Amino acid sequence: MRQLLTMICLLLLTVGARAELVVEVTQGVEAPTPVAVVPFGWNGGQALPEDVAEIIGQDLSRSGFFKSLPRTSMLSFPTRQSEVFFRDWRVTGADYLLVGRMLPGEGGRVSIEFELHNVLKEQRVLGQRVESDLTHLRDAAHYIADQVFEALTGLKGAFSTRIVYVTAEQLGNQNARYRLQLADWDGARPRTILESREPIMSPAWSRDGRKLAYVSFESGRPAIYVQYLSTGKRERIQSFPGLNGAPAWSPDGNSMALVLSKDGNPEIYVLDLVSRQLQRITRHYSIDTEPTWSPDGKSIIFTSDRGGQPQIYKLDLGNRNLERLTYEGNYNARGRLTQDGRFLAMVHRPQGADFTIAVQDLKTGRLDILTQAGLEESPSIAPNGSIIIYASQEGGRGVLAAVSLDGQVRFRMPNRGGDVREPAWSPYLN
Amino acid sequence: MRALNVMKAAALGAAVIWAAGCSTTSTTTDADGAGMSGQGGAGADAYGAQGSGVSGTDMADLNQLRTVFYFDFDQSVVKQDGFADLEAHARYLAAHPSASIRLEGHADERGTREYNIALGERRAQSVERLLVVNGATASQIETISYGEEKPAVMGQGDASWSQNRRVELKYVSR
Repeated sequence: MRQLLTMICLLLLTVGARAELVVEVTQGVEAPTPVAVVPFGWNGGQALPEDVAEIIGQDLSRSGFFKSLPRTSMLSFPTRQSEVFFRDWRVTGADYLLVGRMLPGEGGRVSIEFELHNVLKEQRVLGQRVESDLTHLRDAAHYIADQVFEALTGLKGAFSTRIVYVTAEQLGNQNARYRLQLADWDGARPRTILESREPIMSPAWSRDGRKLAYVSFESGRPAIYVQYLSTGKRERIQSFPGLNGAPAWSPDGNSMALVLSKDGNPEIYVLDLVSRQLQRITRHYSIDTEPTWSPDGKSIIFTSDRGGQPQIYKLDLGNRNLERLTYEGNYNARGRLTQDGRFLAMVHRPQGADFTIAVQDLKTGRLDILTQAGLEESPSIAPNGSIIIYASQEGGRGVLAAVSLDGQVRFRMPNRGGDVREPAWSPYLN
Repeated sequence: MRALNVMKAAALGAAVIWAAGCSTTSTTTDADGAGMSGQGGAGADAYGAQGSGVSGTDMADLNQLRTVFYFDFDQSVVKQDGFADLEAHARYLAAHPSASIRLEGHADERGTREYNIALGERRAQSVERLLVVNGATASQIETISYGEEKPAVMGQGDASWSQNRRVELKYVSR
């Protein structure tokens, strides 16, 4: 009986960790813009595998900038401008209206025509035709959401991007299962990239979004691997004695910064991925780790405790000038820069408190704490620079959460079993 | 014997310098270390105070020795209560050149993962240095760090964290 119970528990754990993560917005902008996304017309006969309009509405709502009008509040379901009575939509309170229709093509092809209207001005804002097929309707929906988001906010949408993250399930004494997972930005369509009984750490996207670097202990020791997402083919890049960790691709994709302790203690190296030449970048008896590149590729930002506690430094790769970037708090680590290089997101511990995610404006020096204090870590910035995804805890379990750089928008991605951690947001993929 | 003592003193000195290098951590985290002094038994209160109590190095005695050594937050200094047992392990390794061990360094879950991996390695290296100074050969010792990836105890709070900041000494061959 006990064995049966144990088995059931194991099954539940497995199912829990594999279940899809779903974005739950906990805080949006003060007055999110109401937008009505009307179900798209379809005359193709068979039922569609995805509800494109619903996915677009979810994307917009989950960004925290918009409030998607429920279908039950809609008085009609127009699919083109000629069917729209703007007065009906003013009544619902919608500022914007998205209508569309889907037309079947040959061999499973689908054309999607959509129009975005300003309800108050009774003006068309945007109109496009998107070619897709029945198996990629979710991608088409994310693409349309990106277009709408950009037209209305001026910010490039990141709904077509993806995240990777690590899950860990404890299956009993000394028995754990680690997975590297890939999913849409909102947690949908999760897929396992790697599964192991030994820890998996530090996933990092190449700038073209085609490859992942990560650390795996599968051989009994930490080693850095690179895996192609399209083929699953992978390669062991570094496995020296000691640490092999924290891989970070250079912006041009030709080099990788990493941490090795083969010479006695953790130092940052740059590996030329073409010539395989290794160049040591730091030389200090302290811990130097967590490298990341400046967007221009000319310097490396890293964590070091050379001042007695972990702080973030910037090393100019040209003149080897070293600059300390963080001074507030007694623990600042794992910096990540926005694409414009202006903002530094990090793990920050204020004096006498626990760990938070904070952002520092490198131009003014101003530091803003964005999250509650806890065990927050692993910040990763969306490619449009608007939101930071990070690892948090809920009920003793690791969960993913996100906060916008201005602290206005927050969401969490609760999970029912195991730990979810180390999120890494992809670059733009199209 | 005198030479050995000099080396021990040097090792202690190095440990003190090491500690000074990272001495700016908060005092609250130092306090939770005190609660750990009873862990694993056989702990001596001061360096060498009970050295004579573990003079034998045969297998039976080896099984009595502590194999897990604990650390303060963001610190990699071996605590004095572990010295006697580590010296005994070192004597065993010196007397049995074919024996070998693996030192697994760990950290608690606070702070960042890559920094904690580095911290776990530093802890394993601190233990390794103590063993080598006391007669073990470096080639008998393999170190690996798991950082915060393999906690001994799940759960939050000092009670769990203090047990997770550790180095585990495992015999690969005896």
